[in-house]
Amino acid sequence: MSTYALHHDEANCIGCRACEVHCKTNKDLGPGPDPCQVVIIGPVDVGGQPRTRFVFMPCFHCEDPWCVKACPTGAMQQREEDGIVFVESSRCVGCKSCIAACPWGTPQWDPATNKVVKCDYCKDRVDAGLKPACVTTCVTGCLSFAVATEVPDPRRERYARALVAEPLEGHEASP
Amino acid sequence: MSSTMAPNVSEVGAPGRRTVYSMCGMCAVRCPMEVTVEDGRVVWLQGNPHDEAIGTSLCAKGAAGLYLELDDERPQSPLIRTGPRGGGQWRRASWDEALDYVADKLHETIDAFGGRGVALSDRGGPFTDLTRAFLQALGSPNYFTHDAGCGGNVHNAARSIYGFGHEALMFDLKNTKHLVLYGRNIIESLMVKEAKGFMGAMAAGMRCTYIDPRASLTACKATRYWQVRPNSDYALNLAILHEVLEQEAYDKDFVGRFVSGMDYLREAVEDTTPEWQEPHTGLPAEQVRAFVEEIATQAPHVIFHPGWMTARHKQSFYVSRTALILNALMGNIEIPGGCVLGKPPEHYGRKGLNHLTDRVPAVDEPRVDGAGRERPQWDPAIGMLHQALAAMETGQPYGIGAYFAYRHDPITGLPDSDATQRALEHLRLLVSIDVRYSETGWLADVILPESTYLERANILCQMNGPVPVFAMRDQAIAPRFDSRPAWWIFREILRRMGIKEVLDFETIEELWNYQLDGTGVTVAELRETGSVSLAAAPTLIPRGELRFPTPSGTIEIESGLLEQAGLASLAPYVPKAAPTGDRFVLLFAKTATLAHGQSLNNPLLNERAPEQVLWIHPDRAGPLGIADGDEVEVDGGGAYVGTITARVTPWIHPEAVFMLHGYGATVPLARRAFGVGVADQRLQHGKLYDFDPAGGGNAMTETVVRVTPATPSGGRR
Repeated sequence: MSTYALHHDEANCIGCRACEVHCKTNKDLGPGPDPCQVVIIGPVDVGGQPRTRFVFMPCFHCEDPWCVKACPTGAMQQREEDGIVFVESSRCVGCKSCIAACPWGTPQWDPATNKVVKCDYCKDRVDAGLKPACVTTCVTGCLSFAVATEVPDPRRERYARALVAEPLEGHEASP
Repeated sequence: MSSTMAPNVSEVGAPGRRTVYSMCGMCAVRCPMEVTVEDGRVVWLQGNPHDEAIGTSLCAKGAAGLYLELDDERPQSPLIRTGPRGGGQWRRASWDEALDYVADKLHETIDAFGGRGVALSDRGGPFTDLTRAFLQALGSPNYFTHDAGCGGNVHNAARSIYGFGHEALMFDLKNTKHLVLYGRNIIESLMVKEAKGFMGAMAAGMRCTYIDPRASLTACKATRYWQVRPNSDYALNLAILHEVLEQEAYDKDFVGRFVSGMDYLREAVEDTTPEWQEPHTGLPAEQVRAFVEEIATQAPHVIFHPGWMTARHKQSFYVSRTALILNALMGNIEIPGGCVLGKPPEHYGRKGLNHLTDRVPAVDEPRVDGAGRERPQWDPAIGMLHQALAAMETGQPYGIGAYFAYRHDPITGLPDSDATQRALEHLRLLVSIDVRYSETGWLADVILPESTYLERANILCQMNGPVPVFAMRDQAIAPRFDSRPAWWIFREILRRMGIKEVLDFETIEELWNYQLDGTGVTVAELRETGSVSLAAAPTLIPRGELRFPTPSGTIEIESGLLEQAGLASLAPYVPKAAPTGDRFVLLFAKTATLAHGQSLNNPLLNERAPEQVLWIHPDRAGPLGIADGDEVEVDGGGAYVGTITARVTPWIHPEAVFMLHGYGATVPLARRAFGVGVADQRLQHGKLYDFDPAGGGNAMTETVVRVTPATPSGGRR
C-alpha cells in the first residue's frame, strides 16, 4: 500500500462534490473522467431521521495493484518510495486493460486524449509539499491526507463528545 | 489609450507565476479566493488562506470557474439585437457603437419618462455602491436588488424589529448549542464559510432542528427533522412562541431591558397552543412542547435562523419576524453563541470606504415601488422588483422605460417567466450586462459583455461584521474576449450622457484610491492578502450600551414601522388548504453544484448536475398511477407544461412535490443547458404579482401544480 492515507470523515462530508471538480481542474480534465467520486445515496430512514450516505471513492493505491499488472506498456506504475500508483501518460496506448482489471473502477477514460487518467494523490502537488487538490479545497475539511500514521481520525473523540452532550439520550450520534 | 480600450490593471499580463487575491464570482456569495496565475493563465483556484473562516476551501462551482474562463459559449463582444425580442438575431458591435446606442435610447427614455424612468437590478451584495451611483447620476431612485425573489421578506422583517437588515446578524455557531433552520438549506444552498462553520459546530455537539416539507441534505445532517405541511412554518412559530411564554423559557432580564411589545405578543399568541398548530403543521403537540423544554436548557445559546431565500409564501415575512423575535426572547443578541451584530469600521474608531454615491446629488423622486414612502415597511435600499415590472406594464404610479439587468436574470429568478417577459416587452431599452447569455439577456436590446470575475477588478468592498474588513477583487488575467469591467461600462455610459464627474477615473487603482482616501488603508496592503481587517479582534458591545435603530430604540415586537404601514406586527395565521387529487404545492431548491440558472452551462457543472426529478410521496403517487421512475407531466396552469421523471419517496410531504431550480433554459447559444429539464419558475403561473404585502417577497411556494402520468410519446395512459 501507499505510505500515505487519504481519509474521508463521512460524518463531516456534505456531498458538495468540490473534491471531484477541483481534482479535474488540477488535472486539466474536461467532461468524462472522474479520478475521484463521492457516491451519494439517500435519504434513507435511520431511526426515523433522514440520513444520506456519502461514499468517497478515490484510488486506494493497492499494495499489489491489478492495474499495474494488467498494463502491457508499463504506463501504469507504482512509485517505489511511497507506493503511489500513477499512469505515465506518454506510455499509455489507451488499451483500457487497467480499467478492466481494477476491482474498484478507479482508472478513468479521458475522451480528450484517448488515454487513461487516475488518482495519483496529485503527486506533483505532494512532491511540492502541498496536499492533493481534493483535500486542499474540501469545503468542510472532511478529507485529510498524510503519511498513514499521521492522518487525523476524529471518530473516537467525536463519539466521546456526543456521549457528554447527550447524557440522557445516549447513543444518538454515530461515530 | 483609446477611450474604449480594455482597462487592465498594470501587472496583468506579466510572465511567470503570480498569486492574485480575488473574490469568487460563480454565485452571489462571493467567497474570498486565491488565484494562481502562470504566464497570464489561471492554473489554480482555492479559498483565500488568509481568511481563517474559509481557509483554502472552495466549492465545486468555485473550482469550475476555470471552465467559465475557457468557455466560448458566452458573449464575446457587445451585441445589438436585430430581430424581434427573444428571436436570437444579433449583430456584433464595437463598444463605441453599443454604448452610443444605449446612450441614445437612454436620452429618449429620460425625455419621455424623466430620469426616474430608468431602473436597474443586480444581486445586491458588497459592490452596489457602483450601481446605486450610476442610477443616482441619471436621476433615478429605482435601484433594485434581486431580493423580491430572495431575501426581501427576512430583510424587511429584521428591519421592523431591530431597525437593520438581517445581514447585520452574524451567527456565532462555534458557541451555539442549538440551531433552528426553517428550510435554510445550509449545506446545499452553499455559502462555504457558513457550511464549514455549521459542520464544525455539529461535530462539536451543536444540535440542529431542521424544518422543511422536504428532507434536504441539511435535514440529513440535523439532529431533529420536522416534515411540516407546506407553508405552515408561521403556525409552528406562533405555537413555539406560545409555549416559550407558557414555560417562561425566555431571558427576562434581556427582554425587560431591550424588548418592547411583550403584552402585544402575549395577546397575539394567547390561543396558538401546541394543540392549535397540530392541524396546520401536522406536528404532534407534544413534540413542540418537548422542543421548547429542550431549548429552555440551552438558552441563550439557541439561534433561530430567520431565513435567507424567503420568497416563499404570503406570510413568510412573519415566519422570519417570529424567528427574529424568538432570538430576542432567548436573549442571544450580541453574546458568544448568539447573534453577534455586524459592526461598521466606525465602531472600532476607523473610517469606512468613501462612497461613489457621495459624488452625486441625492435623488428626491419617490420610488416606483413605493418602498420607504407609501410602503414604509419595504426598505428602499433593496426595493421590490416586481413592482418595477408592474410599472413597465401599467405606467403606474409612473412609467419605467429603460431597465438594466446587471448580472441578474429576473426571467429565471422571479416567478412566472411569461409575465416577466410581458412586462419587459413594454421597455424602450433593455440592457443586459453579464458574463453569460441569461434568459433576460436573450430578450435584451443590447448585451454588454462584462469581463469574468477573473478578468476584471471590481470596486473595493467593505463588509461589516464582528470585525469589519475591506476586501478586494483584483484582476487576475486579461479578458479573453472583447469584454469590459462593470465600473468602466457604467463610466462610459455616464460620459455619453454628459455626466463625467461621478465615475471620473481612468483606472481602477484611481477609483480604489478615492474609496480608500482617509481610511489609512492602501491598495498595496489590500493586494498582499486580499483583505484588511479594521480591528485586531472582535469586541462585543457591552449590554449597557446596546441600542437598536428602531423608532423606540428597542427591539420592537410591536413595530412602529408596521403600524405606520397599517400592518399587524403579528398577523393571524392564514390556514392553508391541502391540495388533493392530482394537485400539489410545488417546492424547489438548489444543490451545491448549481447556482440558479447560471451554472448549468458550465462544462464541469453541467456534467455534475443531478438528473432533475420530481419528488412525490408514495401515498399520493400511488392513487395517480405514478411509480418511481415514471415520466410525469407538471402543469402550473399556464402555457408551459414540464415533463420530468418521478422520484417516489416519503421524504417529501404528501401535499407537495419538489424539483431542483436552475433547469429549463431556453437560450440556444448556451448549448449544454439549453432545453435540459424543467423550469420551475415557468410553472409558477400567475405568481409574479403575488407577494407578501408586509415583506414584499414573491409567494413562489404557493404555486399549485397538476401532476399526471405521461408516456414518452406524450399520450395519456
